[in-house]
Amino acid sequence: MKTTPLHKAHQAAGAKMVPFAGWEMPIQYQSIGAEHIAVRTLVGMFDVSHMGEFWVRGPDALEFLQRLTPNDVSKLKVGRAQYSMLTNEHGGLVDDIYIYRTQASEYLVVVNASNIEKDWAHLQAHRGMLDVALEDESDFFCLLAVQGPGAVHALQKFTDIDLEAPKKNDTFMGKIVGKWARFARTGYTGEDGYEVFLAPDEVEKVWHTLLEAGVTPCGLGARDTLRLEAGFPLYGHEFTDQTSPLCTPFAWVVKAHKTFLGKDAMLGRPCGQKLVGLSLESGIPREGYTVHKAGTQVGTITSGTHSPVLRRGIGMAYVAAELAELGTTLEVDIRSKLYPATVVEMPFVKK
Amino acid sequence: MNYPSDLKYTKSHEWVRLEGDIATIGISDYAQDALGDVVFVDLPQPKAVSAGATVAVVESVKTASDIYAPVSGEVLQTNSALADKPELLNSSPYGEGWLFKMRVNPADVEGLLSAEEYQALAESQ
Repeated sequence: MKTTPLHKAHQAAGAKMVPFAGWEMPIQYQSIGAEHIAVRTLVGMFDVSHMGEFWVRGPDALEFLQRLTPNDVSKLKVGRAQYSMLTNEHGGLVDDIYIYRTQASEYLVVVNASNIEKDWAHLQAHRGMLDVALEDESDFFCLLAVQGPGAVHALQKFTDIDLEAPKKNDTFMGKIVGKWARFARTGYTGEDGYEVFLAPDEVEKVWHTLLEAGVTPCGLGARDTLRLEAGFPLYGHEFTDQTSPLCTPFAWVVKAHKTFLGKDAMLGRPCGQKLVGLSLESGIPREGYTVHKAGTQVGTITSGTHSPVLRRGIGMAYVAAELAELGTTLEVDIRSKLYPATVVEMPFVKK
Repeated sequence: MNYPSDLKYTKSHEWVRLEGDIATIGISDYAQDALGDVVFVDLPQPKAVSAGATVAVVESVKTASDIYAPVSGEVLQTNSALADKPELLNSSPYGEGWLFKMRVNPADVEGLLSAEEYQALAESQ
């Protein structure tokens, strides 16, 4: 089992450690609910050093990423970041990713921990004759996500750079607690905040400084409930190698004016089912529970939880495309009892 | 972690308090800590149940967890306070957070784990 450089710090902070994608990671420190609320109301921080980081460099770096991702990388300016995906030949998804343009011909690609090896093999297999250098630097990057309405204020005390001015998806280098870091105004919680990329031997100093400044340490449990309230997908749940993003609320990522791997297959495939958000008056939907309408199964829950903010069950589900309209009433089978559920707009929690 | 010595326990982390032939059942301090914030409890209707049968479900933010009948008997009453305050399982697992009461054969309860046995089991996990 791999561990991050913060493993001892997590244990010292009372974390419950669990296996996740080959890593031993904190699932929670005090309670998922309290950590969740800390991020929604003030500021929390997550060690997400298990995420993968690849460098894509060289004269053909742009062309390479254009071919493998459905968003338009040519629109990405230096110092900006873009949500995107890696597509396969069949129009499904290898992963969902974030691309940071760090220099004119240099991109940092951040991928899911569970997909590092698969993504790396995929990139290698599709470089063709392009003049592009690929480096898997996943072991040389640690990543702290500092999230919440108080995130900028909490970080600002420890850096000379103005953290208020940058916009969402801006990225830049700067020092924090005297350590060089890459800052990105991105996140996976639906809150304002930064993701801070650090060298492995420097992350602990930053972690302890923020901890002492009152930033709440948060585990993967709260990360999951926060991303669900924010309506963000998680690979392996909402997205798989079979999934077309066109059948999800993330169709906006796919830019039809450019070409990319699997584009024709993706555009030629009808959406039998669509990804929707479901809200329940009572009962908590969980992954794998079935969704019904008038006695027939019409879908399956991909992620579900009790929303700590809404104090009700919420979930995402693939349901028959004709039942994906907002306001449609469906039922979720929870332990052989049917609970009413309504198709609602995501994010579930609006900021 | 607290394991009152006047209770009996199961390997699946329920506790049993016996008064005459009435057993009160809940989940242990270890179990509530492992589950985290309890947000919903699905309690049984009054009915006869067999030892080991699933009789209730405790849902935390993260997961749904089955609760089993520690011994055979008849479910008589459930803790109605949990409908509005499921968090009582976290704050008072052996008190206000009890789950349900059963009529049982007291001899069956004797066969369950003592506090010492249960503590050894829980702490080895």
